Parts: sequence; C-alpha cells; structure tokens
Amino acid sequence: MGDLRDLYQEIVIDHSKRPRNRRQMPDADRSAQGYNPLCGDKVAVYVKLENGRLKEVSFEGTGCAISTASASIMTEMLKGKTPEEAQRLFDRFHDLVTTGQEGNGNKPALGKLEVFSKLNEYPARVKCATLVWHTLRSALKGGGTVSTEEG
Amino acid sequence: MAVNSHQAAVAERTPVTAWDAQGVRRDFPILAQRVHGKPLVYLDNAATSQKPRAVLDALLDFYTRDCSNIHRGVHELSERATAGYEEAREKVRTFLGAREAREIIFVRGATEAINLVAWTFGRERIGVDDEVLITAMEHHSNIVPWQILCEAKGAKLCVTPISDSGELRMDEFEKRLNPRVKLVAVAHVSNALGTVNPVEEIVRMSHARGIPVLVDGAQAAPHMKVDVQELDCDFYTFSGHKVYGPTGIGALYGKAALLDEMPPFHGGGDMISSVTFEKTTYNVLPYKFEAGTPNIAGAIGLGAAIDYVGRIGMERIAAHEHALLEYGTRALARVPGLRMVGTARKKAGVLSFVLEGIHPHDVGTVLDREGIAVRTGHHCAQPVMDRFRIPATTRASLALYNTREELDALAAGVWKVKEMFA
Repeated sequence: MGDLRDLYQEIVIDHSKRPRNRRQMPDADRSAQGYNPLCGDKVAVYVKLENGRLKEVSFEGTGCAISTASASIMTEMLKGKTPEEAQRLFDRFHDLVTTGQEGNGNKPALGKLEVFSKLNEYPARVKCATLVWHTLRSALKGGGTVSTEEG
Repeated sequence: MAVNSHQAAVAERTPVTAWDAQGVRRDFPILAQRVHGKPLVYLDNAATSQKPRAVLDALLDFYTRDCSNIHRGVHELSERATAGYEEAREKVRTFLGAREAREIIFVRGATEAINLVAWTFGRERIGVDDEVLITAMEHHSNIVPWQILCEAKGAKLCVTPISDSGELRMDEFEKRLNPRVKLVAVAHVSNALGTVNPVEEIVRMSHARGIPVLVDGAQAAPHMKVDVQELDCDFYTFSGHKVYGPTGIGALYGKAALLDEMPPFHGGGDMISSVTFEKTTYNVLPYKFEAGTPNIAGAIGLGAAIDYVGRIGMERIAAHEHALLEYGTRALARVPGLRMVGTARKKAGVLSFVLEGIHPHDVGTVLDREGIAVRTGHHCAQPVMDRFRIPATTRASLALYNTREELDALAAGVWKVKEMFA
C-alpha cells in the first residue's frame, strides 16, 4: 500500500475524518453550490468578506476523503487572502493536481496543499479535489451552481 | 420464479460435470493481465462484461472476410454479410425464446430499445392524463425516456416503491394499476441492487387489466435463461455488451402484433418498401425499425456471444453465479461496518455495499490498486440511492468467469480499505 499512502497521507485522512470549517454560514457574504454529476457529490461553499479579504470560509457537504480533505484544507488556507490571491492559489493547485508540477513564476506557496501532489496519478479523482475550489471561485464571482461536467 | 423451476428441471437431466473455472477464464484473453502489479480481478460486469475469443474472432472474421453492406447486394460478400446478420437475429430469437425472428429488432442497446418503444408505441398510445408505471429501482434508462414522453404528452410517470431489502412492493404496485396506466415498464433485475423482480406476476396482473408490459432485461439476460413467451411480456430489451458481446448492439423483442401497429422510429434506408416524395410505404418487420446501415459486425459478434453462453448453458451459468453471490455475500458480511445494499430474497449478479465512514470512491481507488475493478457511484440509479439515503455504493458485479478466489481477494481488499482509513 506504499503508493496509496502517497495519496492518502495522514493529513488527508485527518482532514477527511475531522473536517475543519464544515458548517453552514447564515451570514455569509458569498456562497455557491457545486455538483459532481458523475458521483452525485454536492458541496456548498460560504465566504465572509472583510476589508476586501476572505475573513472566513466554510463548506457543507459529504464526499470522499479526497474531496472532504481538499475542502477542509482550502478553508484553512484561504483565511485572510484576497480574492485574487485565492484565485492564484487555485491556479497553482490546479496545475499540481492535473500535472504533478507546481509550475513556475511568482505564485503563492502551496503549503499543506502539497499533500495532493500525487493526485495526478489518479485522473478519475482529480475532480474530487477541485470541485470545492471551482465552487469557491463561483461564490467569489457572485454565486450560482457549478458542475464538474461543465467547461 | 421461472428461473428456479428451470434450474430444478435442468439439474435433473444435465449430467453433473465440474465447472471448469480455469478453462472458462482461458476463453477470455483480457483476464490474463496484471493491473498495478496484481492479477486483474474484474468485478464490474454489470457495467460491461469481457469478451470471449469466439466473439473477438467473429468480429475479426467479419472484417477480414465478409465485410460488406447487407440486404439488396447481389455480390457474394453482401450475401455472406446478410446471411451472418440474419443468422444472428435467429440466435437472439432462440436466446430470448421468441416465437418469430421478425419480433427481434437490432438496436444499439437496451437504452435505445426503451427509447424506441417510448417514441413509437408511447407516442401513439399515451396521451393527456395517461400514466406510465415504473418502479423505484429502475436504471435512468428506464426512467428518463418515459419522463421525456410524459412531459411531451401531458401524461404522468408513476413509481412503485421498494422495501428496505430492495424488493418491489407488490401491494403498492397493484394499487397503482388503474385504467389510466397505459404501460408498465420494469427492470427484470436491478442493476444497483441485484433484485430479481417477479416479472411473470407483474405481467399477469397488468394483462388482467389490459396493460402492456416492457421488461428491461439488461441485467437479467447475462445471468439467467430468459423466455419471453413464458414471461408473456410485450417488450423485452437487452444490451449485447453485458452478455459477452460487443458494445453498440442489443435487441428489442416485441410481440409481432404490437410491433406491426407501431409507427417507425427512425426514417431512412432499409426501413421502407417504396419511397416517393408524396408517400413512403414502410418495410415489414423487423426492417421497419432498422433504418440505415446497422451494426452488422456487432450483431454477428452478439450471435457468437450467444453461441458461447449457449455451449456452457445459461442454467449452469446461473447456478455458478448464484453460488458465487452467496459466497461473496458471506465473505463481505464478515467485514465490520459493512452493510449490503439490496438484500432481496431473489438476487442475481450484484454485491452492492457501503462501509461505515468511508466513501465508495475511496474504496474503489484502494481496490483498484489491488487490481480489483469495481464500480463506485450511483450506478445510474440515483432514485435508488435516495431511497436508501446514501450518495453512492461500491458495487461488485459477477460474470461466469469469476471465481471464489476473486471474491476472497475482494474481501481482503475491503479489509485493506478499513486499515487505510482506520
């Protein structure tokens, strides 16, 4: 199970079993729903903004270990970031999980998100990790529902 | 159930020969491979089954020797192709126990067959405030075509509920059989639960009220002897690729009297007897429903698949798979926190389960690394998942080439999953 442990690292297991910031946010400034029709997973993302920064991010929904851990780690990582910084982090994360490369240039550090560095070896699972990020982006753009099977 | 009486009768007259598991496996070249360094354990047969060499040879032979378009050709190759295609139809007729070959329409698969019935029979017979009665365990392919039809016609789609074990509530079914119901459409075997429905009884009850019945046999045809005359259903559908045949070919059986009255589905070549700009006369059965060049090689491949299962015997296949299903159910039951979804008294081919606290996708990924192919998700039966209040299941589904050792590997794999997420 050596290589599987690269995918299911302790941090992933921990965040999937004890997800941070998994709660509804009735006073959210922004929110959006995400849906993966291939597996039926649904996720909601809530954002509270203050002075142009993401003061709080939370999510709701149940999914696989990858999707839950990705959502949990995302909510931690984004606290205090501007929407532009959040977008740049997503771009870099997206490169990582689709290619296994972090890409070049002046991009923010991935930090804990590096635990998903082997995800590109499991193509069927990439969308599990990215759905919550697509949903966040939709929330920041004003809301609505995103699907993994669009665009 | 017809299947059981078949099995009993056959057990008496068939000499007892040992099941040659390794011999059967050698017939399927794809099985002799390793996946992620482990021997492939293919348990995704309800999605599609693997093909025996006899089917691969039939496809290759057609394309290397007989390839030509069928019907109306005066040259040798066309005659051979036509003969091969029509022989395949005769094989399907025998396979389903139909009275006449013209009652067998070649289609792409069960999905197309159901859409055909919706857009020919349904278009003519179902109107405002009429009802189509289905069940809560249907595959999306036996829900959505009726939904589209009902929406277009102002008709209503009605659903018979199922029990906690995944059995059809026959009392609820009977309650819903009212004069507005113009068609009953029901799965012979549920793809998500494995439940074998009492189709004969459903047909009897429906016919007593003059209601025709379509049976979706996609998950039944690979696992049991089907006899449409014994079932007395009006339509029966199946997909070739689940019965060890190629993808893109399947069949619709319909009673000749019904098919004759129905308008054509697709317009085009081969489905006509004469065409002028003023009027077109449609061809006779089955060609009225087979517009355009069909999947000739696919039909011939399906014929080879039917010959293959016929040589082994559907009754023996059913007995072998039933023993495997019971063995696998017992092996999985020993895993703490595992719950079977679908525990009907009569089941075929499907082991669907959930693990407490672990999502099926994670189960599927861990099993894949053990070389074990299963399906995880809603299995195109979202209403079934909603019924059991789960987002998805892990489904292991059986074929004639599976063995007890493979089910041991599955159970061991599930233990590994537990370890990984402990």
